[in-house]
Amino acid sequence: MNTATLFKRAMPMSTPSRLQREIRARTLPVLLSLIGIAGFLVIWSSAASNITTSLGNFPGPSAVYTQFGKLYEEHKAERAKAEAFYERQEKRNADRVAKDPDYVPKIRAYTGKETFLDQIWTSVYTALTGFVFAALIAIPLGIAIGLSRSLSIAMNPVIQVLKPISPLAWLPLVTMVVSGVYTTTDPMFAKSFLNSMITVMLCCLWPMVINTAVGVASIDKDLVNVSRVLSLNALQHTWRIVLPASVPMIFTGMRLAIGIAWMVLIAAEMLAQNPGLGKFVWDEFQNGSSESLSRILAAAIVIGLIGFALDRGMLALQRLLSWDKSSATR
Amino acid sequence: MFVSPRIRKHLLACLSVFSFLLVSAAQAEELGWPEKEELTFGFIKLTDMAPIAIAYEQGYFEDEGLYVTIEAQANWKVLLDGVIDGRLDGAHMLAGQPIAATIGFGTSAHIITPFSMDLNGNGITVSNEIWEAMKPNIPTQGDGKPVHPIKADALKPVVDEYRADGKPFNMGMVFPVSTHNYELRYWLAAGGIHPGYYAPHRGDITGQIDADALLSVTPPPQMPATLEAGTIYGYCVGEPWNQQAVFKGIGVPVVTDYEIWKNNPEKVFGITKEFAEKYPNTTVRLVRALIRAAMWLDENDNANRPEAVKILAQSNYVGADYDVIANSMTGTFEYEKGDKREVPDFNVFFRYNATYPYYSDAIWYLTQMRRWGQISEDKSDDWYKATAEKVYRPDIYATAAQSLIDEGLANAEDFPNFDTETGFRKPQTHFIDNFVYDGTKPNEYIEQFPIGLKQGQVL
Repeated sequence: MNTATLFKRAMPMSTPSRLQREIRARTLPVLLSLIGIAGFLVIWSSAASNITTSLGNFPGPSAVYTQFGKLYEEHKAERAKAEAFYERQEKRNADRVAKDPDYVPKIRAYTGKETFLDQIWTSVYTALTGFVFAALIAIPLGIAIGLSRSLSIAMNPVIQVLKPISPLAWLPLVTMVVSGVYTTTDPMFAKSFLNSMITVMLCCLWPMVINTAVGVASIDKDLVNVSRVLSLNALQHTWRIVLPASVPMIFTGMRLAIGIAWMVLIAAEMLAQNPGLGKFVWDEFQNGSSESLSRILAAAIVIGLIGFALDRGMLALQRLLSWDKSSATR
Repeated sequence: MFVSPRIRKHLLACLSVFSFLLVSAAQAEELGWPEKEELTFGFIKLTDMAPIAIAYEQGYFEDEGLYVTIEAQANWKVLLDGVIDGRLDGAHMLAGQPIAATIGFGTSAHIITPFSMDLNGNGITVSNEIWEAMKPNIPTQGDGKPVHPIKADALKPVVDEYRADGKPFNMGMVFPVSTHNYELRYWLAAGGIHPGYYAPHRGDITGQIDADALLSVTPPPQMPATLEAGTIYGYCVGEPWNQQAVFKGIGVPVVTDYEIWKNNPEKVFGITKEFAEKYPNTTVRLVRALIRAAMWLDENDNANRPEAVKILAQSNYVGADYDVIANSMTGTFEYEKGDKREVPDFNVFFRYNATYPYYSDAIWYLTQMRRWGQISEDKSDDWYKATAEKVYRPDIYATAAQSLIDEGLANAEDFPNFDTETGFRKPQTHFIDNFVYDGTKPNEYIEQFPIGLKQGQVL
């Protein structure tokens, strides 16, 4: 039951017309959300002014809002610098070719800093890549475990132990393995990207495996019987019966996993100083300037919004793919 | 004249080989193109990383055809590992790091340094509580302010009291082989406070054997937060983290390293020996860019410093507030809040041959490593010299500086005379305890100290 319906029930109603009821039903949730947000902002700003840190007052909503503007300005300034960089580079390349005709000019990527917007993109991209790889492994594995009782018993202890391992424990291992194994002179992916991505993958694998397995194992007996009557072969059975029937559970796992992916990534970036929002937060903490706190809060808000968007995106995907629309309410 | 296409082709080939030889001969005189153009340099958020930031922002790296990415590192260990495993091509390093790595104390790798980054720039800060306890022991001058330099003698009764109460007196420094560790030890020992020995041959690398004050590692940017949390009572760190404590009102800097040892060598630029051998032109060129940056930083009596501070205040470099960084970079240092004093040479980047990698500087670090047991056994004076020559590379520096002089980008009189320079500074005075340091006689130097390992002493 959501708050809107709760609210409606509590209100005494004086026989409203159908249209009125319709309008109320649509505007009320929006209105309530706005009230909730406004209330939060009020509490935040009054609490903020009462917290003094060694870096000055805790930033309130307006300080964070200004910070967003500044971060965007910085982004634009950095882009302008990048353009100048490329222009200078082209000129330098041309000069060198004039002096040294054997030289094959090459355009090198901009060497300046990653802006806040760049870091957001890096994080989202890394989290999604890790998640997709995890799903590619977890869903087939989960189906196999769900279909075979003996495999399930065999795998269960391993999964149960691997599942609660913190990303912070995986990270050093992943880092060492990646730098030991991935040694090309001209790498396609940065090591830092692989480290974060693999850590994310390891952490969001398990909820998907477990949920998929449970979903597959608890298919309605009738459906299995239908499959028997139609004498479908194993592949058809999986594709036509098992997979559609367990979609709701698979998606539950996926939604859990994407939330974990996002949280793990931020922690991993912070710890390993890999590019992304986590590094942004850590860098600002280390900078300890008078603007650091509001910048960190701005990043925190963005992290929250993206986490929310990822979850909603997964929900939309579930609605699109699932036959049982009621399973994807919120 | 008719020449068959085939012969013409041969002729052309000969001609191009010939012209290639000509061109490369001409370049050998000038300076070759860089072999590696895309480089990544690491740094720790400290104001003395300035030469790297300035070489980038002023386009000196690009002038050399180098495309450099500059990355902040989490701590000195991560930075050193980055240079060793090749993730970083070079880095802003503690002077002790290339030396310790080369002799195999801690992580072992042959790191060299063709460029010293600066002189001075560190300070020792204590928490407000300790400062209040120290204050009665410090004589005051006419205006009621404490007389500087403040010696550790004032701290000794406080440490003794903590020890009598059974409370460990913890202090922070940034790395076992950091300048800060040796400076803090030097200052404490000069005041009769034993900072503890290392005994690597027994596997003891905590450096707390026989210690009155227990020193441990904290990354520079975290120093103020750790002090505030009460985990440590004081620390020795580079700027802006001492001034940060004043601004945050959580501690008081008591002494700068300028007062412990006037114009002491600080950070260096470290690269692997392998890198220098594989990419000789790149190495010389990056040193050229860094020399130009150092010159810019000290030009016209620090005229460019405000601009430099603005650059350093960017979040991707040091990132602290402009005012905090400006305090030390522009020649003043704030001790107790409101007690701002002139220290024009607090950060020296080029004057006094600051960037020339002197063997004697390397040997001073080696003497301190021996004094505190990081080098567990006696070494001969020759060993000290040979080790310094392995790590410090004034030859590369001289090539770079000479080419700048030849191109009119620098003046010969600003550099040592490369033909006669031995790499040893004249015996240096100006230590807080008035001992004299002569780089050619390291063993004699170590013998003088009341606190510290003596010849023949093994823990």
